[in-house]
Formats: sequence, structure tokens, C-alpha cells
Amino acid sequence: MPKLKPQDLDKIAEKVKRTMLLREGEGRVRVMVHMGTCGIAAGARAIMKALLDEIEANDVKDVLVTAASCAGLCSREPMMTIEAPDQPPVKYVDLTPDKVKEIFSRHIMGGEIVTAYALAQGSERML
Amino acid sequence: MVYRTNAMICTCTNCISNGALQVKDALEKEIKKQHLENDVRVVPTGASGLCVKGPILVVQPEGIFYQLLTVEAVPHLVEEHFLKGRPVKSLMYVPPGEEAPIPNIRDIPFFKNQRLIALRNRGLIDPDEIEEYIARDGYRALAKALTSMTPEKVIAEIKASGLRGRGGAGFPTGQKWEFCRASPETPKYIICNADEGDPGAFMDRSVLEADPHSVLEGMTIGAYAMGGTQGYMYVRAEYPLAIKRMKRAVEQARDYGLLGKDIFGTGFDFDLDVFQGAGAFVCGEETSLIASIEGQPPEPRMRPPFPAQSGLWGKPTNINNVETWANVPVIINWGAEWFSQIGTDTSKGTKVFSLAGNINNAGLVEVPMGITLRQIVYDIGGGIPNRKSFKAVQTGGPSGGFIPSDLLDLSVDYDRLQEAGAIMGSGGMIVVDEETCMVDMAKYFLEFTTSESCGRCNACREGLQAMYQILTNICAGQGKDDDIELLEELAPAVKDGSLCALGRTAPNPVLTTLRYFRDEYEAHIKEQRCPAGVCKALIAYSIDPEKCKGCMLCVKNCPQGAISGEKGQPQTIDQEKCIKCGACHEVCKFEAVTVR
Repeated sequence: MPKLKPQDLDKIAEKVKRTMLLREGEGRVRVMVHMGTCGIAAGARAIMKALLDEIEANDVKDVLVTAASCAGLCSREPMMTIEAPDQPPVKYVDLTPDKVKEIFSRHIMGGEIVTAYALAQGSERML
Repeated sequence: MVYRTNAMICTCTNCISNGALQVKDALEKEIKKQHLENDVRVVPTGASGLCVKGPILVVQPEGIFYQLLTVEAVPHLVEEHFLKGRPVKSLMYVPPGEEAPIPNIRDIPFFKNQRLIALRNRGLIDPDEIEEYIARDGYRALAKALTSMTPEKVIAEIKASGLRGRGGAGFPTGQKWEFCRASPETPKYIICNADEGDPGAFMDRSVLEADPHSVLEGMTIGAYAMGGTQGYMYVRAEYPLAIKRMKRAVEQARDYGLLGKDIFGTGFDFDLDVFQGAGAFVCGEETSLIASIEGQPPEPRMRPPFPAQSGLWGKPTNINNVETWANVPVIINWGAEWFSQIGTDTSKGTKVFSLAGNINNAGLVEVPMGITLRQIVYDIGGGIPNRKSFKAVQTGGPSGGFIPSDLLDLSVDYDRLQEAGAIMGSGGMIVVDEETCMVDMAKYFLEFTTSESCGRCNACREGLQAMYQILTNICAGQGKDDDIELLEELAPAVKDGSLCALGRTAPNPVLTTLRYFRDEYEAHIKEQRCPAGVCKALIAYSIDPEKCKGCMLCVKNCPQGAISGEKGQPQTIDQEKCIKCGACHEVCKFEAVTVR
């Protein structure tokens, strides 16, 4: 193995940091893929995979992806909710991997809500 | 490879002994079964801290904290949380006396009230992967020191930070380094003391298991500052996992050229060997430790000369404790000014404590200096279990002392603790409740130091034995009127006549219990009574006929068949047969069994 120079530390850090950023629990955008039984049956796994592939292909480091339970609108699954700063959460319905790709570039990266696929803005009020 | 979830499973010795490795295997198997292996990554970490609740799993990025995991719970957990995104409430932490679980680790008071410097990477990195340490600013302080600071500047920075030795005595670290640097002889040796021997203490083990590179980096910076070329990591043999992880860390650091010749291409050479401790308590004393590395019997020697002038093989040597070394990279990275803002006037930074004894959240905590004992015991430790009340906290292990409840608001720093008769020590903190006899506790520690005395100094070897005998007599109901005076006469004799700190501090548990709980000694001697109901020769169990419902639970649990009576009627204990095991007292639901 080649001996390290001080500037090599950055390169190593850069390489592993992406997987580790998750552990800080902070991100610019938070995406929840609804993976209840209904969601999975409707293809939520493919949605999750498409999302993770996009993140990897675009080398994005500040997007947190989590699985969430059934959002209550089982007939419109697969669904995902996107929480971006200064925006109310947006729920997308009837997703396909291609739609995810579009939402990724326009909403997650560009901050523009893709109204064609969106169900509504906002989440339920808790308590 | 991008994952959406990191499942951080604690694999410290505590959690492993509770089955963490089996849980980890089950997790990986189940994740595969649910086809989530490309979504969820299982990461082994060290020292999550809430040891009493292990095995522990923290799921990131949500920060959900799961405790007391079993292999059987894993399939449900994986399906519900990892697949369907529904965190499992039944596996979450519930604060003592409450019912609602706290899902997020950042909201649990035990974690929320801590400040992590030495343990900055705990639960966040895989200790076996040097790259993960590097990704969290690892080895940057070493690069900074080697490329932009002179050795004198490094020492000045450590001095300005106010860092004091975390091994017990609290000697200013920068000053110690300066002495060693000033010694003209070469080569110079740099040693890490990881011979953690206090009963109930596991701070150093946790640092080594969770973050071995932080200690290596600290030592290498120290070597640069003092002109050291060879290091020794002296780890007690009873810590096999710490030794394994440290050896792996040393190999990885060598592969990357962070140990060995020409580190970072700057021409600086330093290498290090892991040395297994010889098994005696006294090996943690610095001159004994040096003798042990040399292959001599571990016995302390006269000082001066101090190790900084003549240590290992007669050469200048610097010894610091694990936690001290782990602080060094942070001080270099963040600066002395930042570090010195944490803590009190005379005690800077944080201190790691292992909380043990009668306390709800037994485990490992790191807190800023100056925090009160009350905050540690109640806010972080969650108070005393089984609705009993706090009696005292013991700090500093066999060298320390007991601090009573009216000093709970004492601020934790080197000097306040010393004024109270205890010491900071390496960070063992044992909490005892009202049903603990202080004479018996003092006897316990004396038994430990008596058997661990290396025998070199008469005062320690014979004096502690004599003190132990007196305490044994008092607990057996054979105390004499002048025993307390005799103990008070022997204690300073042992202190004055011992070469090393272990002998000089061994009487502390007796002295502090005499200072704060003298009435208990007097009750034992004058009234033949053990107020806490512990010393078997001085107590008797009896059943209060007013309170006894005749449920006969005590009858079933008595190993001697000493309890008799009709069902539904008050029971009685045959004092001839009773062996005072206390089983009836433990099981009675009506508090009808009394101890006198």
C-alpha cells in the first residue's frame, strides 16, 4: 500500500463519507418511500431501488432515504413523501421508476415540485 | 454502493457477552432474506454506552435506539422497521418509572446530557476500519502537527488546553511532556497505560474497543512533540477484544504509513508495539508498568528519578492513560482555546466515567468537567432502581472514596473531589443505595488492595492487612471500642510508608467512610447493629404479623425451611434455622419481612 501524504486524507474521507453521512442523521432533503404491505405489493421495492440508483449515479450526499409505513392511500401506491427545506412535504402517488427519475432531477435536485405526479402538499397533522 | 440505512450494532465486550454477535448474524441473515442487503448495511461499532441495556442497535439516519435485543426479536424488527418503515416500540428505551418509549437516541436523557470528546466516534464508526476513522477527521491532527507545528508548539498547545492526566492523579499533561522533551538522553519511549484495574471500571477498554486509532494518533503526536521513536501500548491481558482491535489498528496504520518510517513523508519516524499486561493491579502504576515491560516483577520504585528522566531501560519515558491520549488529536485539531472553554477553572475538558452499582442506566458516560454528581446519578444515570434511595457514590476505585448524599451537588473536578476525600481517579463511579453497609464496602475495597498489594513496602503489605482484619472483626460483631482510633492511626502510616500511589491511596475508602458514615461504624461496635441490614452476624430477619398476609411466598423461597405458619395467617421465622440469606425479604410483596 502506498504511504499516505497529508492531502490523501481528504480523498479517503471523501470516498467513505457518503455511507457514513447517514449516521449523522442530517440531510438537505428527506425522502420517505412508503413501504407498507400495500406499497410493497404495488412495487415500492423497485421505487426504492430506482431512488438509490439515482443517488449513486449522481453522487449525491445530502439526501436521506428512509422506509415509511403505509400512508393510508393504498390504492395510489407506490408512494413517496419528499421533505425539502422551506417547502411543505409533498406526496407523490402511482410511482414508477421512470417517474422517480424525473422527480429526482426536478424536485430533489432542482427544488421544483412535479405537480403532474403529486397528490397534495402537506402531511397529516399529528395530535 | 449507496445504502439508505446503517444499522449500527454495538459490539463492545458487554454487548458481546449479552449475545450481540448472534444478533448481528441474525440481522444480516434476515436482511438478506427480505432482499434488503443493498438497502441496509450492518455496521459493528463499540461502546454505545448504555451497557446495561445491551445488545444495542441504533438505526440511522432516523436515530432509532433499540435495546435488549434477542435473536428471536430480529425477524420482526427487520420486517417492520427495515422493510416497512415502522419502528418497533416494544424494543425501544423506556425511562425508569415511565411507560412511553423514547424512539430517538438524541432524545434519551442518558445520551442527550453527555458531551463526547474522547468518545467522539463511539457508535459512529466501525473500529476495524481505519478509513472510517479518517472520514471523521482522523489523522488530520497528526498531519497538522507534523506539517505545520514545531514540537515546542505542540507542547505549548497541550499546556494551554489545560489537559490533565485522565488516569487518576490529574498531573498537567503538557508539563509532563515538557519534562520528557527536555531530557537529553535518547531514545525516548512513549507508553499508553491501558492497564485498567479498578473494580467496576471499563472506560479505557471502551475507548480502545470503539476507537483504537484515536489513541494511536494521540500517541504519535506525543512522540513527535517529545522526540520519541518507539511506543508501547500496555493493555491488560484481560481485555482480549481491545488487544485484538488495537493490533489490527496498528497494522492498518503501518500499511498507510501512519506508523513506521517517514510518516506523511515528513521524515518523522515512530513505531509502536502492543504489550499484554502481566495481570497484577500494581502494573497500572507507572514505574511497575515500566518494570513489567522490561521483564522484571511489577514493583514500583523510588522517584526521583522520574520516568521523564529515566524510565524504560533507563531512558526518558512518557506514560499517559488511554483517555488522555484520545483527547490529544481533538485539542490539536480544534485548538487549546476551544478545549479550555469546556470545564472548570482547574479541570478542563470532559471526563469519561463508568457508572456501575445500584443505578438504573449503568454504562459509560462522558460529561463536561464541573457537572454535578446529582446530574450524573439522576439525569444521566436515571436514579436508583427499585424505589430505594441514594446513599453514596464511590469515585476513583480502591484509591478513591465515598461521597455521601449531602454532597450530591458537588461539582466534578479534580480539586473538588480531592477536597471531599475522594479522587477523580481513572473514572470508576459506583453508586450504592440505602441497603449498602459502608463498613462492609470499605472492607470490600481493603480486601481488594490487600490481595493486590505487591508486597514491596511494609506499610502497605502489613498495614492494609491489619486494617482489613479490624474491618472484618467489626462486621462480624467483634469490634472493639478503640478500633476506630486504631484505623485512623494506621491509615496515615500506610499512606506515608508506601512508595507508590496505590499504597498511598489505599486507605481512602476507610477514611472517607469514617468521615461521612462514622455513625455506622459506631452502631456496629457499640450497639452490635448493622443499620443497613447487611452484616450477617449483626442482623436478624423477622416477620411483621400486622403486614403478613400469609401468602407463603417466603416459605417457598426459604432454602432452609425456616419459615412456618398456616396459609392466610402470619408466618414466623425459626432463628435457629435461619442463615440470613435475605431471600424472604427479597420476595415479600407486602414489606412484611423486616431486618434488624
